[in-house]
Amino acid sequence: MIWPAVIIGSLGAYLLKLAGYVVPERVLENERLRRLTALLPVALLAALVAVQTFSVGTALQVDARLAGLAAAIVALILRAPFLVVVLVAAVTAAVLRATGLSV
Amino acid sequence: MFTGASQFALVGVLGAGGGVLAAVLTALLLGARNSLYALSLRPYLRTPTAPSTWRILGQAQLTIDESTAMAIRYPEGSRQARHAFLATGLAIFVLWNIGTLIGALGAAALDDPRTLGLDAAVPAGFIALLWPRLRDRSLIALALVSAAVALALVPVLQPGLPVLSAALVAVVAERLIARRST
Repeated sequence: MIWPAVIIGSLGAYLLKLAGYVVPERVLENERLRRLTALLPVALLAALVAVQTFSVGTALQVDARLAGLAAAIVALILRAPFLVVVLVAAVTAAVLRATGLSV
Repeated sequence: MFTGASQFALVGVLGAGGGVLAAVLTALLLGARNSLYALSLRPYLRTPTAPSTWRILGQAQLTIDESTAMAIRYPEGSRQARHAFLATGLAIFVLWNIGTLIGALGAAALDDPRTLGLDAAVPAGFIALLWPRLRDRSLIALALVSAAVALALVPVLQPGLPVLSAALVAVVAERLIARRST
């Protein structure tokens, strides 16, 4: 079921962009819609961080991913670029697992 | 799909066992901001003559965080604004998709992504996207509440749905912010 999601998702993402150019401005000028659209990425990304760090299916688990996340936060505080942040997290988790310090 | 956070989210939700609907909805809710980017780009990308349909169709695909940020640094309707938009959008479009292709082909060569810590790279990618958006206290509070609600729902809902609960948290947050500002 990967390709249906990719195709429908891609089409939808494109149509959302196109809508911004072709829909009458008044429709999108709604103050409430504007505020909500600004809040959605923050809420969804935060939920994705949490779920991807702690979940295994429908169970919660603390493992090397949490150490990776902590390392990523340190990298972000130090203003590291995106790729460095991601690499630091992966290396941290990989090292912890290789040394048997974490699952 | 050319809008990074949505692409990551789609893959993330599917990878965690979520259904097609949950994955697509999460991606589209994340991508909804592009509609507003397009709306605010209209005056910047305005041309002296009416643009062709093809131009608008192409311009739509290149509308992302980065191309918007670069275009709005220049005067509305200026050639610089259009060039900045096009150069940024095209460069990222090409490089991003090359990167996606390398990743897709490379992933097949891996045995267990966990050994390389790739499962830890996923939340790190999301927090790197989130970090610059945490501009004030109410946004930080929204992020923390969304994360907590999603985690609390992990044991009770199907994979994919806990993340979507964040959209409801955002709706509540919007009402609270609206009430405070009036």
